[in-house]
Amino acid sequence: MPHVVAADSSLHPFTDGLSEFDVEADTVRRLIAALDRRFPGLGEHIDRRMAIAIDGEIHQDAGAVPLSPESEVYLIPRIGGG
Amino acid sequence: MSKRHISAVVNGDPVEFLTEPGRTLLDALRDDLGLTGSKEGCGTGDCGACSVIVDGRLVCSCLMLAEEAEGRRVETIEGLAEGGALHPLQQKFLEHAALQCGFCTPGVLVAAKALLDSNPDPTESETRYWLAGNLCRCTGYDKIIRAVMDAAADLRQARV
Amino acid sequence: MTDVLERPDNQAALKVVGTRPVRPDGADKVTGRATFGADFSLPGMLVGKIKRSPHAHARIVSIDTRKARALPGVKAVVTAADFPDLASEEYEAGESASNLRDLSLNCMARGKALYDGHAVAAVAATSSAVADEALDLIVVTYDVLPHVIDVEAAMAPDAPLLDETLFTEGLETRPQAPSNIAKRNQLTRGDLDAGFAAADVIVVGRYTTAAVHQGYIEPHACLAVYASDGQCQVWSSSQGQFMVRTYCAKVLGLEASDIRVIPAEIGGGFGGKTTVYLEPLALALSRQSGAPVKMVMTREEVFRATGPTSGAVIEVKLGAKTDGTLTAADVVLKYQAGAFAGSPVGAGSMTALACYDVPNFLITGYDVITNSPKVAAYRAPGAPIAAFGVESAMDELAAKLGVDPIALREKNAVRDGVKAAYGPTFRNIGYIETLEAIRDHPHYQAPLGPHQGRGVAVGFWFNVGGESTAAVHVGEDGTAVVVTGNPDIGGSRASMAMMAAEVLGLPIEKVRPIVADTASIGFSMLTGGSRTTFATGMAVTQAAQKIVADLRRRAASLWDVSEDQVAWLDGAAVCLDHTKPDLQPLNLAALAAKAATTGGPITAQVSLNAQGAGPGFGVHVCDVEVDPETGNVTVLRYTAAQDVGKAIHPAYVEGQIQGGAAQGIGWALNEAYLFDRDGRMENAGFLDYRVPVASDLPMIDTIMIEVANPRHPFGAKGVGEVPIVPPLAAVANAVSHAIGIRMRSLPLSPPAIRAAIDAG
Repeated sequence: MPHVVAADSSLHPFTDGLSEFDVEADTVRRLIAALDRRFPGLGEHIDRRMAIAIDGEIHQDAGAVPLSPESEVYLIPRIGGG
Repeated sequence: MSKRHISAVVNGDPVEFLTEPGRTLLDALRDDLGLTGSKEGCGTGDCGACSVIVDGRLVCSCLMLAEEAEGRRVETIEGLAEGGALHPLQQKFLEHAALQCGFCTPGVLVAAKALLDSNPDPTESETRYWLAGNLCRCTGYDKIIRAVMDAAADLRQARV
Repeated sequence: MTDVLERPDNQAALKVVGTRPVRPDGADKVTGRATFGADFSLPGMLVGKIKRSPHAHARIVSIDTRKARALPGVKAVVTAADFPDLASEEYEAGESASNLRDLSLNCMARGKALYDGHAVAAVAATSSAVADEALDLIVVTYDVLPHVIDVEAAMAPDAPLLDETLFTEGLETRPQAPSNIAKRNQLTRGDLDAGFAAADVIVVGRYTTAAVHQGYIEPHACLAVYASDGQCQVWSSSQGQFMVRTYCAKVLGLEASDIRVIPAEIGGGFGGKTTVYLEPLALALSRQSGAPVKMVMTREEVFRATGPTSGAVIEVKLGAKTDGTLTAADVVLKYQAGAFAGSPVGAGSMTALACYDVPNFLITGYDVITNSPKVAAYRAPGAPIAAFGVESAMDELAAKLGVDPIALREKNAVRDGVKAAYGPTFRNIGYIETLEAIRDHPHYQAPLGPHQGRGVAVGFWFNVGGESTAAVHVGEDGTAVVVTGNPDIGGSRASMAMMAAEVLGLPIEKVRPIVADTASIGFSMLTGGSRTTFATGMAVTQAAQKIVADLRRRAASLWDVSEDQVAWLDGAAVCLDHTKPDLQPLNLAALAAKAATTGGPITAQVSLNAQGAGPGFGVHVCDVEVDPETGNVTVLRYTAAQDVGKAIHPAYVEGQIQGGAAQGIGWALNEAYLFDRDGRMENAGFLDYRVPVASDLPMIDTIMIEVANPRHPFGAKGVGEVPIVPPLAAVANAVSHAIGIRMRSLPLSPPAIRAAIDAG
């Protein structure tokens, strides 16, 4: 089951301070939907404000990316450059 | 106030234009003569993007009144190449990648030409101090200095 | 001087990528023919100008425009009343989300002026002189309020409030009272107290930086036309024509397809042109007047009213063992956001410890609004500031431990397989190699003389990917045009052509790149975030590959063989079927000549959302000499090493490294926003806002490390932003060593150094 880490403090109001969870999902889109069911409102927040790092690679819009059972998923704020 | 009639020689060609008193030479070149190669970066003579050569002297055209050009010879970036042939300075800038955004480039080229006209064999330090009035925010000046000194070497060679 | 150090498992011989051709837009740029934002004109064009608040903080009681409207030659006057009152909404049109209401209010104040220079009205007139006169005739009544600019003063409980409805986000309990602190973020790992308890040595430092401007030499400029049927055209120099279109549509309540934005050449951006200031105003003025409106900022306006980056306070506490192993780090970042929330403190927090493998840390960031211009992105936004604090503290730690500064970095360096401080695990990074390159460089061992000092610092930036579209069209003579939607701010269009030429097997002169307007190419995210060579390059490469696949199909059809019998080699289709030796290779020109009979025009387009951008690491070493009498600092020598993935056009990669280093040197030594007690900028011009000039700098030597990013077809990583991250501390560390006094406040101007020397 993919392991998700919500390292950024902006997510904690949704998750009551929890920052790590295991989520059953085989794509990123399904992962976000599962998180939203568990923590209502988190899905929209992730879509708008977060980037997702999967096994070390950062994705800014990762919807269809597949996940394996050992995937390490990090939710980090979107990055803007200059 | 009525406009003043100015006659001058720009890049070797006689020109005439009308200008309001108090207008800068830079504005007259860009808006009245369509020579938009000279740029306004600051309007106060601090950045050198408007550099032109007037009667052989390097000048910030934003600090000169258009009326002061009456009867004078003005050289702008548009006059640096001869026909279709780039000046060695222009050629070296391209070879050395001495420009990134290109906005300061016309001013730097005109200033560099004025340098080499007065000192055909400048040291790195002399080149840097001469060009200290031309701000570049993109390149850090490294490749600009190399290009100018390389062009200087070529021009000295050509004279031999 | 440049060294390129390659990993042994590099790819097969490339013919174009990695070489140094003359850039395709070069002739126009060196002859003054290239057209920048202020170089366009249209018949009947009016001049647009802006009336700006002279107060740093004031309620706008009334604006009377009657006399201005009545002045002969004035064709339009607008205020906030002419723009929709937008709801607060986060919208992504730049690279990260902006609040549309804030953006709109920044373009045109509504109710309150929040900084000296804030736009309160705009006019369009038949000449510059008439426009100026009209501005003077607009009567604005202000109720002046106390202002606050210093970041810690703005955080204080009794600070004047810019926005009574702003409550700090990100705290454990929701605050009762409004504040200028828009947001607090935190990143944590492990057990901070235990980490410090385990430390043999602790270093504590408070560091400060001043607000600095991106300093592009070209002021903002645009020409806008709002036609009678509602269709608009805008010529503007920006980092993203699609971003300009989106923001104009949102701010004015228009539809995207009704606005066509044509990108002018851009005279520098560095992040400062990833937003809009003039374009919505020019369109509104054009709508009212029925004529094209040109607006060009003066240099003073650029300083007073366009985003600098944050001034900041950085508090760092580091704990380490005697062998140099870091056990704990506590970093607090307080960043000015300017008049509206949105400083880059989040990215500063994520990058602060990115180069280090630290088991226990707490990074806290505060986004604080202040009565100064709304900050805009500036090259690796947020990272240079955080790095200044951390890299200075690391230097102090190295001194305290008696350890070489590079050895200290190597001891704690992140490498493949290590988790980044901001979360994910690093892969395919070249940080260690970059450290070694500086450690082993002759510069690092060169002797120093009296009053001279050497400083080392490291830096990190994520680089981004994002949405890009590219099209490749083959002409009837077998030459090609590459079309993208990314303004060229650093020479990227040359790299686009090079990548396409490599895939197609054409010489670079036969592939011409253009940057197209919003109606002529599919959507592309703006140029910034060091994304263009990576993401748009990926789209270009894939489009060229589609063309090659198409060419193979056409050759197969002409030869009457199956497609798998056709290969593309050196710019030609080659038949692999040995039973047909008479079939001569068909090059692009030959196939293009037969396009009509083999399926029609030869063209391909690719749209993608590039993922997997590789982060970059930089290590810089700087030697300075300080004149003890005057406090003047001379930069004697500067060497910058960077992990670039793959240098598509090495000269432009060197250029990015040199340019970023130069900006960082200016940030360290001379640049700062200076405000008087009324909150007005005192040095809003290039004379007193002192950027580096040619005589301030030595040659900047670069070392390009190429550890390929497997996600990019040629291994490229973004390069443009990393080089501005290390210089602030590299210079400050060097100065500190030169004078034997730790300098913790930027800029290190001569008076500041003299004061430190005088204080002993």
